[in-house]
Amino acid sequence: MKKMTEFRVLSPTAILGYGFPEASFMRGIRRTPHLIAVDAGSTDPGPYYLGAGKSFTNRSNVKRDLCFMLKEGVRRNIPVVIGSAGGSGARPHVDWCVAIIREIAREEKLSFTMGVVYADIAKTMVRAYLRKNRIVPLDCVPRLTKTVLDESVNIVAQMGMEPIQAALRKGCGVVLCGRCYDPAVFAALPVQLGFDKGLALHMGKILECAAIAATPGSGADCVLGTLKQGSFVLETLNPARSFTKESAAAHTLYEKSDPYHLPGPGGTIDISGCSFTELPGGRVEVRGSRYVPSETYFVKLEGVRRTGYRTISVAGTRDPVMIKNIDSILESVTVQVRPMLKREKIPGNARFHVFGKNAIMGDREPIKKTASHELGIVIDAVAATQESADTLCSLIRSTLLHYGYPGRISTAGNLAFPFSPSDLRAGEVFEFSVYHLMPVEKQGLFKSIVLTCAGQRKAP
Amino acid sequence: MKKTSILKAARVIRSKNSGPYELTFDIIFKNKRYFHLFRKRNIITRKKVAMLYRANEDDVLKIIYFEPAYAMKITLKRWMPSGHAGESDIYGAQQHAPLLGITF
Repeated sequence: MKKMTEFRVLSPTAILGYGFPEASFMRGIRRTPHLIAVDAGSTDPGPYYLGAGKSFTNRSNVKRDLCFMLKEGVRRNIPVVIGSAGGSGARPHVDWCVAIIREIAREEKLSFTMGVVYADIAKTMVRAYLRKNRIVPLDCVPRLTKTVLDESVNIVAQMGMEPIQAALRKGCGVVLCGRCYDPAVFAALPVQLGFDKGLALHMGKILECAAIAATPGSGADCVLGTLKQGSFVLETLNPARSFTKESAAAHTLYEKSDPYHLPGPGGTIDISGCSFTELPGGRVEVRGSRYVPSETYFVKLEGVRRTGYRTISVAGTRDPVMIKNIDSILESVTVQVRPMLKREKIPGNARFHVFGKNAIMGDREPIKKTASHELGIVIDAVAATQESADTLCSLIRSTLLHYGYPGRISTAGNLAFPFSPSDLRAGEVFEFSVYHLMPVEKQGLFKSIVLTCAGQRKAP
Repeated sequence: MKKTSILKAARVIRSKNSGPYELTFDIIFKNKRYFHLFRKRNIITRKKVAMLYRANEDDVLKIIYFEPAYAMKITLKRWMPSGHAGESDIYGAQQHAPLLGITF
């Protein structure tokens, strides 16, 4: 077979479900890409979604994006690779996405084989490495203990390119992955075909955010990456946007603590020797990205544990006396309810997020005195059960509503509520508990299956 | 001499989470000249960042200059991991304001 000279990758959107203009997508399709790939996940939305097994993206939006990708991909024989299904990439998230894909196959009468790679890691395996002292915390992360591990749920590992390549080798036209290193979905196929790992992964690193790296940036528009021997070229698929030297380079900074070295499964992308050159037509060519394999192949584990249940109440005050004394009023309310909570045996913690004062920066807020004429107060009650969180929130809310603070002029009620009901259940509360590296000593860490999606009904 | 606001020199000043345990700040300068000026004069030090954020100097993990984008990056340990009870900015995208007050 003649060696390919270039490999084109269509990246429709920054996160599956964020959407994209149909015109941009079809412009990309007309460029006859060799791969359509998308990243669907992130830990950015916080620990809840991994713990609860729910997607942070909306089902209808995910279905719409997938529908375009699968229709064009399957009909034109372009592989479609999806990473970090359902946002967090644990089994419930992957199965949620499998159901959506099956639904599309049925509705659009598409037939294809789909490789599904799960990213869940058995606790017994993590425990075994922990015993051997081989679980390494990432920067600023506490050391993993047996107790924390036991309390953790839905532990996943970020997979690299290898499990995706294995599924593609089996002839799967669609590959759906659990938690996955974002660039791997873009790089797995071209690397398998002999393209340079460093360039492919660096290109994937930029493509995974789609048009965020262009100018003007957008998380909901398509871009095309062309991998060549010795470089890669980025271009937008919407005439309103372009890549510039700065936009492409600046993207390497985004969400990363070190822009020169981007660590991933099995190694690091070193971009310290990179050059960015602008080409006509709003394109940028990148050279010099290198992949440096690490001595031991590590994967990053992610896991969360449940710390309770939350009920919140959203309210506000427009009273100047209350605003002036807000800190002492909230403190007094907390003190006043304490004996009652103790008597009723409601263990829990209530906090106030005071918008207009320091809700966003907390103790780090340099401006201590608010200049605002109104304040938003979110009562945030977290307790061991949902019922006790409800009780805690309700007690704090009613006490604050009628609290007689010194100098009070407005005696009918201290709070304005925009909603009825005033108290809202926010459900389970999780926190990140596992964010560590684990060595991989043999292949097969990630379990995979091959499914047949047959949308075309056979004639009876 | 009257001091000049950093907004004269920078076109982007932003904060973002980098994983659940770190906050990272990017300052992208308007041009090469300002980039070199800030780097040469060492205008933003760990000590200054620690003071602005009421953090320990040890919690200012990195200050890196990135020439390809005429940018600098500051990474801090997050005061509370993303989504912990009592945390206030899951994406860490609104923690940049104290940097806006820097002068040179």
